[in-house]
Amino acid sequence: MLIFEYSRPGRCNAAQSPGSTQAYADIPERFRRKQPPLLPAVSELDAVRHYTRLSQKNFSIDTHFYPLGSCTMKYNPRACHTLASLPALLSRHPQAPTASHGQGVLACLYDLQEILKSVTGMAGCSLTPAAGAQGEFAGVAMIRAYHDARGDTARREILVPDAAHGTNPATAVMCGYEAREIPTDEHGDVDLTALKEAVGPQTAGIMLTNPSTLGVFERQITAIAKIVHGVGGLLYYDGANLNAILGKVKPGAMGFDVVHLNLHKTFSTPHGGGGPGAGPVVVAERLLPFLPIPLVGYDGHEYRWLSEEDCPQSIGRLSAHAGNVGILLRAYIYARMLGAEGMERVADYATLNANYLMARLQEAGFSLAFPKRRATHEFIVSLKNEARDWGVTARDVGKRLLDYGFHAPTTYFPLLVPECLLIEPTETESKQTLDAFVEAMIAIRREAQESPELLTGAPYSMPVKRLDDVKAARELDLIWQPTA
Amino acid sequence: MLAAIGADSIETLFDEIPAELLAKGLVDVPDGLNEMAIARIMHQHAAGDGMPLCFIGAGAYEHHIPAAVWEIAGRGEFYSAYTPYQAEASQGSLQVLYEYQTMIASLTGMDATNASLYDGASGLAEAVLMAVRANRKSKSRRVLMPMTVHPAYRKVVQTLVRNQGVELVELDYSGSGNIEPEYLQRYNGEDFAALVIPQPNFFGVLEEVDALTDWAHANNMLAIGLVNPTALAVLSPPGEWGQHGADIAVGEGQPLGIPLSSGGPYFGFIACKQAHLRQLPGRIVGRTVDLDGRTGYTLTLQAREQHIRRAKATSNICSNQGLMVTAATIYMALVGVEGLARVAHACHANTHALVERLLQIEGVEQVFCSPYFHEVVLRIGQPVAEVLRALAVQDILGGYDLTADYPELGQALLVCATETRTVDDIERYAQNLERILSRRKEGPICSKLRPKEGTI
Repeated sequence: MLIFEYSRPGRCNAAQSPGSTQAYADIPERFRRKQPPLLPAVSELDAVRHYTRLSQKNFSIDTHFYPLGSCTMKYNPRACHTLASLPALLSRHPQAPTASHGQGVLACLYDLQEILKSVTGMAGCSLTPAAGAQGEFAGVAMIRAYHDARGDTARREILVPDAAHGTNPATAVMCGYEAREIPTDEHGDVDLTALKEAVGPQTAGIMLTNPSTLGVFERQITAIAKIVHGVGGLLYYDGANLNAILGKVKPGAMGFDVVHLNLHKTFSTPHGGGGPGAGPVVVAERLLPFLPIPLVGYDGHEYRWLSEEDCPQSIGRLSAHAGNVGILLRAYIYARMLGAEGMERVADYATLNANYLMARLQEAGFSLAFPKRRATHEFIVSLKNEARDWGVTARDVGKRLLDYGFHAPTTYFPLLVPECLLIEPTETESKQTLDAFVEAMIAIRREAQESPELLTGAPYSMPVKRLDDVKAARELDLIWQPTA
Repeated sequence: MLAAIGADSIETLFDEIPAELLAKGLVDVPDGLNEMAIARIMHQHAAGDGMPLCFIGAGAYEHHIPAAVWEIAGRGEFYSAYTPYQAEASQGSLQVLYEYQTMIASLTGMDATNASLYDGASGLAEAVLMAVRANRKSKSRRVLMPMTVHPAYRKVVQTLVRNQGVELVELDYSGSGNIEPEYLQRYNGEDFAALVIPQPNFFGVLEEVDALTDWAHANNMLAIGLVNPTALAVLSPPGEWGQHGADIAVGEGQPLGIPLSSGGPYFGFIACKQAHLRQLPGRIVGRTVDLDGRTGYTLTLQAREQHIRRAKATSNICSNQGLMVTAATIYMALVGVEGLARVAHACHANTHALVERLLQIEGVEQVFCSPYFHEVVLRIGQPVAEVLRALAVQDILGGYDLTADYPELGQALLVCATETRTVDDIERYAQNLERILSRRKEGPICSKLRPKEGTI
């Protein structure tokens, strides 16, 4: 049932309304609404019960294991939420003066800038991008601003590996560039020969994730940097997979010029059912002037926002205020709790868990996309044999996993591996959970062999069975209409 | 676990990384803290920032948030869930989004909407890009952007659209503090993709939305309504502006149950007429059925999005502001149709009371004598930054200083009083301002649109 179907005319929460009901004597009639909007008229209990019940129809980290490759679904420590939600922090207006009413929050943000610079080995940081994709936009816009500032305006291409996140080519286009794909070799590394042929005076830069979305470390990164820098292009690091190398390798050491970080991945801020995230950008020396504003500055006495006057070459603002501050505070608290040693342990255990899971699944008969490689924080299983022999797909296995109490791994990404499952356990899962997942995968594989229809019809134990996506797209029903 | 892998140490697992790339520890990152220690630090920071009495609006508004909103939105099942790609395991989040889409479409008077954008400002940029793509009558990449749009929004739109060759043409405002429909005549017959119409505008003033929308359509432009969701409880929705309604409605969702939190996370909403549905950026939820014919919800029209369409996507957006939208949906359900209208009434009434009281102070005058919603521009006859600083010392945030963005207005500030301000709050502000300005004037200069005594 929808919340609207609980509505009864005139029902209202007196406790949630200010008393005033006077008319707007001074707002002329022509500006006013003629019909009230279709909002619910329900009691507080109706609403509380309805949304509590809806919450129970969700998988979440707090209730289920999400081996979701490239998404880094790890536990979100509650301290981060509670402490970022202190009343003074929640109620602070974005335009409140920083000198008298903002030194606390700015101190946290300044420290976070410093920590992120240190973790990535870069020279400057802006926290303002609201999500990874906005961080990508900021990064590529900075690359463009850098070339433009040098009068180097003929560069029109951004290179993107074929395994890249879809946001990479979409971002290149939003920054006025064309995206050109670079193939991957049989070991999962960038095809250097193809790269050498692709680069030239038209190359603005390359966008890379390392470890790549194939779950392997790009071993030729130094050579790639040399090739791209050699033609005057810059290197963009998509920080989606930083969790695997936190404290182990700094993107700055690999030759990258600009990095975005997904704080909702590596720094464990909540995914919230699809955001909010945060996508800070960190840059090497030569891109410092172009960082998006505002930045937090500190002169040894006072913290303040740095804006247009301080950063005249900035690519500009990305949000009306300063990005997702509440999320940045969560990341700051998380980073302070981990500390340097904790961060290195994140990479250790994320990598250990991934390699363990990979070894056990291989032993259980699953084919790996790159069996000769180490897993990083994630790895790929290809179900092309299962699909060929038993007619079950990666999607079917993912849906059947739901019945076993596990969220599906990432399916059909990256696009170049057929029937793939991209699996990332993260460091916060125990061996017991990983073993239970392996047992489920073994059981499902047996089902696939003996009764594949069990998989193609899955799931069975969810609030709904498999949904008709084709109908959803063909007979669009995007908003509820009351039946007269 | 190492034995199962066949490795003798965790270090071995990193052996594909060239040795020269390995870091020598994170020397600049401080040591870890336990929960008690970090709590002490955060409490100190929070105490230092205080909880001042706030009369600033300017795009972010202090509203009462019912206790149940974040009690429920903060449940782990919402808080720690992933994007609902696995629909069968995400029916909770998906149904919330479907309800949200229904509420936003109804508030704006539009046919379709998405599952949120980052905030109002970047939302406006997406609306501008969408209009440029969607306008079939004009190939122009120019958009008319009034100066009565939030200055920060204009800057954000500039950042986000300029690399795609979209040009923003600035539109001046009149002495009434809004877009003069007469003034637009100079652009008759010129080729623009769209006109942005803020309602209420950044000065709090109401725009002549019907005339502006009709003018845009008569000149083959799309009309983009930039609106405040609280105000929509009582102001006419963009879908009903002029003869045919605006084409796109966009705005900042923060007033719907989202804490101020120094500027974010908030969420942007965007809605449009049916004809432009396939140009919407971001995620959209649709209702469908399962194998047994039972109702269920799923992400749909994904062919517009970056993970399918890649370089040809409508936007690069993926993660948006899901948890904020969950809270906003619960907020709208809790206050309901009646409550939201009452909140809007109370904001208007309190701002009115605030302005009336401040106008009794000598040297304070109202800059625009036009109908307003819950913000008003005042001139105070003394340097604004200094006065605001003096107020801040008394723990009062007296308004938004307009002198940098609008120097032509003189010593002007923008004030706001939402439903959370009381008569005592207003009096405290007035007495402090009075003392600071230390001179009174006889009576308010601007009285043209004042209601009769006793109506508020």
